[in-house]
Amino acid sequence: MDDMDFIELDGVEKVFDVRRRTGFMRRERRQVRAVDGISFRVPRGEMVGYIGPNGAGKSTTIKMLTGILTPSGGRLRVAGIDPSRERTRLAHRIGVVFGQRTTLWWDLPLRDSYRLMHRMYRIPDSRFRENMDRCVELLDLGALLEVPVRQLSLGQRMRGDIAAALLHDPEVLYLDEPTIGLDVVSKAKVRGFLRDLNAERSTTVLLTTHDLTDIEQLCKRVMVIDHGRLMYDGALAGLHEVGESERTLVVDLERELPPIELGSEPSVRVVKVEGPRQWLAFPAATSAAPLVARIAADYPLVDLSVREPDIESVIAKMYASDSAA
Amino acid sequence: MRLYAVVAAGGFRRYATYRVATLAGVFTNTVFGFIMAYTYIALWDERPHLGGYDMSQALTYVWLGQALLMTCAMMGGGFEDELMERIRTGDIAVDLYRPADLQLWWMAGDLGRAAFHLLGRGIVPMVLGAMAFDLALPGSPWTWLAFLVSVALGVVVSFAVRFLVALSAFWLMDGAGAMQIAWLAGLFFSGMLLPLNLFPGVLGDVARVLPWSSLLQVPADVFLGTYAGWDLAGAYAFQAGWAVALLLAGRLLQSVATRRVVVQGG
Amino acid sequence: MEGVVAAEPGNGFAKRSRPAEGVRAYGLIVAMWLRSTMAYRASFVMTAVGNFVATGFDFVAIMLMFTHVDVLGGYTLPEVALLYGTSATAFGLADLVLGSMDRLGRRVRDGTLDTLLVRPVPVLAQVAADRFALRRLGRITQGLLVLGYALLVLDVQWTPLKVAMLPMTVLSGAAVFGAVFVVGAAFQFYAQDASEVQNAFTYGGTTLLQYPPSVFAKDLVRGVTFVVPLAFVSWLPALYVLGRDYPLDLPRWVAFLPPLVAVGCWVIAGLAWRVGLRAYRSTGS
Repeated sequence: MDDMDFIELDGVEKVFDVRRRTGFMRRERRQVRAVDGISFRVPRGEMVGYIGPNGAGKSTTIKMLTGILTPSGGRLRVAGIDPSRERTRLAHRIGVVFGQRTTLWWDLPLRDSYRLMHRMYRIPDSRFRENMDRCVELLDLGALLEVPVRQLSLGQRMRGDIAAALLHDPEVLYLDEPTIGLDVVSKAKVRGFLRDLNAERSTTVLLTTHDLTDIEQLCKRVMVIDHGRLMYDGALAGLHEVGESERTLVVDLERELPPIELGSEPSVRVVKVEGPRQWLAFPAATSAAPLVARIAADYPLVDLSVREPDIESVIAKMYASDSAA
Repeated sequence: MRLYAVVAAGGFRRYATYRVATLAGVFTNTVFGFIMAYTYIALWDERPHLGGYDMSQALTYVWLGQALLMTCAMMGGGFEDELMERIRTGDIAVDLYRPADLQLWWMAGDLGRAAFHLLGRGIVPMVLGAMAFDLALPGSPWTWLAFLVSVALGVVVSFAVRFLVALSAFWLMDGAGAMQIAWLAGLFFSGMLLPLNLFPGVLGDVARVLPWSSLLQVPADVFLGTYAGWDLAGAYAFQAGWAVALLLAGRLLQSVATRRVVVQGG
Repeated sequence: MEGVVAAEPGNGFAKRSRPAEGVRAYGLIVAMWLRSTMAYRASFVMTAVGNFVATGFDFVAIMLMFTHVDVLGGYTLPEVALLYGTSATAFGLADLVLGSMDRLGRRVRDGTLDTLLVRPVPVLAQVAADRFALRRLGRITQGLLVLGYALLVLDVQWTPLKVAMLPMTVLSGAAVFGAVFVVGAAFQFYAQDASEVQNAFTYGGTTLLQYPPSVFAKDLVRGVTFVVPLAFVSWLPALYVLGRDYPLDLPRWVAFLPPLVAVGCWVIAGLAWRVGLRAYRSTGS
């Protein structure tokens, strides 16, 4: 292993036998390829977004990377370790945060959960104190340490969980939906912390999310998975191109008018009209400036705004173009 | 009325979805039935006609106990934990504003559950028991019907007790303690451990007039044909009397609790 | 790679034996549950008393039976009390240490088992320590009380060997029941809702052993001697102490086998656990 191949997957597969009840006693067996030949490399210190619709194979991949599940085929290494064969050895080198399942102790003060991590991972005392201080400061946990976990808000608990996953200095951090259900302030805190962690400790981070802003703010690289296959691997900007995704220009006119027509721009079209407000879709890769200029010249413009595509629509577009090709 | 029928059907379906759990429970009931049956054989070998039962009646009592254990919720039935949790968290306020009566709502659900447990957990152990041992099964369909009526009354009594105790969560910090006492009393005084007519002296007299005897002892005696004519009416009256008294007590407590919730605003 | 190995935090511990690591992790997690329990002290006292009373009812039922008879299956009340005391205490110990393993099915169903699989300690230890319930001391207490009563009133010629057999019986019996808990949990990797099946063998098993073997049908006695070896928990050693005959034609020395049987049970339980966990890790459910 070298640092460029810190996480390596070569044709990794996971096939499940699914038994379904089709009648009172009858059952039907069929095979589901949850992960269908995925290959990628992640160098040490990179932050990667791993996205896709529900049931696409995201969490199955994460479970294989953490050693929870054994792959049905292919080769998989994390820090040179085969996760499924040396699960406990790998556990010392990875941190995992499951967005909706806390690993903190419900009825005990937050600090007690960290004490358990200290002893369970056999973290040297000085290291533990240092990491603890750092997490407490950067994640703003100082006032929460003596509070029973059940009394913490969702955002506080998530920060607590992230700290718990980092006390043993993991080289890789897996985050499954780390910002789900959090308020704007908590989201910003979590993102800021992850960015610092990655920059200062060069911890490799792999995160799954439904929130495109997570990716935009944190990850230079994004992988899209669906039906168990890697559909895209590259920069976020490139994803818009591949998917031919569209941004939306929201135009407020002085009064109600028929849909805007721009004969010279065939790729722009009005998708919605509501009183004096109109929505125009245009390719994400093109600039909005000339378009705005054209409209301003021909129509009584009051206000306008540009909306970025969300993750679902980007992926949906990607399929549309994929099946057309 | 239709609303409560729907709630009851929901209670039935909720338990019916767990097929594997039902199968596992039937297995356990059957194993316990066998163990208990052999100990009763040893006891009645030593003292034939103990408590007025002959051997096959005693064995029938064992298997009825296994069949009704879940139906009459002698070890707890589930809804009470949920109700107490709702009281504890304050969600109960939502229930009180529902256009349905709190007590009837929960009773309908529990009756649905009981119906499922009678079919799903009751029939198979009884059949297996009857195949392995010589049981005193009623010959007349009327006795079977009379038994079902008695079981239904037993379920209502069981519900009324658990509802009453669950409401204590309005006043007690930890209602689980009260529920535990009720549960222990139910286990002891229902006749699940041993038929109540084997309890000595005053203990036996007291046990027989407590509400819990409606859960197993009375239905079992109806099944075994102990009651005929007016005696049967008396047995029903005993069960129904407890059912009405406990339901009324629950209703009274409910209205006090409701006022409390409304005053405190939840 | 060489350079990395030296810096690897987990590596220095790879040589520690897995059982020792498991016991250590078990202790750490149990300590957390004890602390959680003590956060609700009143509730703990109440449930412990409830556990004591509920499990004690089994002996109350036996006492009620003996108000009508002098012997049951040819055994007197003190003799039955010895059978009861040994098996109830043995089962109580197993229940205290491993009794929460029947929650495994729920953990598989709601996916929280995965959070245990990313920890650097054996999963078995984590599942065994899960929801450790100190209230189960109630069952041990009543078992010991009945055992104490039996020892006080029994008319037995005590020899050093017979005295030594008592702790051996209770500890081996606890180990046998413990193995049953592990096998039951392993079964839940396949059938998540089937936790009640193991109740038949654990709670059912201890109920069975509380009565003399002469009460039961020969086939049932054969089953719990040769198939699920519960007879070694209390019947065989206790009958030796009492100087009574076992209903099956077995040599006297089988009374000394419980420790070996316990080891055998744990070998099987360990295998069952490994097979179950492997199945989970290849199917994920």
